[in-house]
Amino acid sequence: MDDIDKKILNIIQLNFPVIERPYEAIGKDVGISEDDVIERIGNLKKEGIIRRIGATYDPRKLGFVSSLCAARVPPEDIDRFVEVVNSYPGVTHNYERDHDYNVWFTFIAESMEDIERSIKEVIDKTGITDIRNLPATRFFKIRVNFTM
Amino acid sequence: MGKKDMTETEKAICHAVQFDIPLIPRPFEKLANEIGVSEGFFIQKVQEFLDKGYIRRFGAALRHRKAGVTANGMGVWKVPEEDRESTGNIMASFKEVTHCYERPSFPGWDYNLFTMIHGKTKEDCFEIAGRISEATGITEYKLLFSSREFKKESMVYF
Repeated sequence: MDDIDKKILNIIQLNFPVIERPYEAIGKDVGISEDDVIERIGNLKKEGIIRRIGATYDPRKLGFVSSLCAARVPPEDIDRFVEVVNSYPGVTHNYERDHDYNVWFTFIAESMEDIERSIKEVIDKTGITDIRNLPATRFFKIRVNFTM
Repeated sequence: MGKKDMTETEKAICHAVQFDIPLIPRPFEKLANEIGVSEGFFIQKVQEFLDKGYIRRFGAALRHRKAGVTANGMGVWKVPEEDRESTGNIMASFKEVTHCYERPSFPGWDYNLFTMIHGKTKEDCFEIAGRISEATGITEYKLLFSSREFKKESMVYF
């Protein structure tokens, strides 16, 4: 990754131009041709640095709700528990973290009742009973981009 | 408001841009053709969804680990009710903090503000959390690092 790649990444994380010729516009900003921009972005995708380029939706604005759930799972049950939790399409992120509450996953659904119902199902299927539903009560910041 | 109020064409446009747009000179022309609308209309609609906030961000999603931002620590903070608004705003002002929310506490769990802190290393995250603690005066906190990633996907809304 050289300086031009970094400049491209900084532009396209937040302000990918939604216009007829986006790569030409990015090229003008960083001083290279449209073809070069396409080639560089292609390489950044091949290297796995760029996961995708597209829209990130706001669940709340679309009428969805989201939550963070914390579960206390004995180490020997983690694999089975994760398999059940991950089978829900609304579970988008799931991490093991170093705490008594050791499995943390995000849940998006059309209503909080749907999330509560799914958590009850997970409890029934896995026998893991200590799952906390922690929907945000105040939002201070949501931003996922990094200055390179 | 939201998905329920959208036309089928609008949903088709949202569907088309929720994954990875084609890496060709005119990506929106190709996507527009596939659903039978003009390139101009397609672009105008995506802009409209951005203006309405349906689309929070249009751009590249990175794999942080590969981009050199390897550590993510979930900072959890015990903040008195009356200080939460001001403390949350200070925490949100740190550029290394990508998410900052208030969440419910429960018996055995006293933490009520959550911050995602990103750094190159765990030590960076500890250092950033230390600066946040100094700036806010909140001393009861923990950093929970992810030891394994079980799932990381974008939600499929359309």
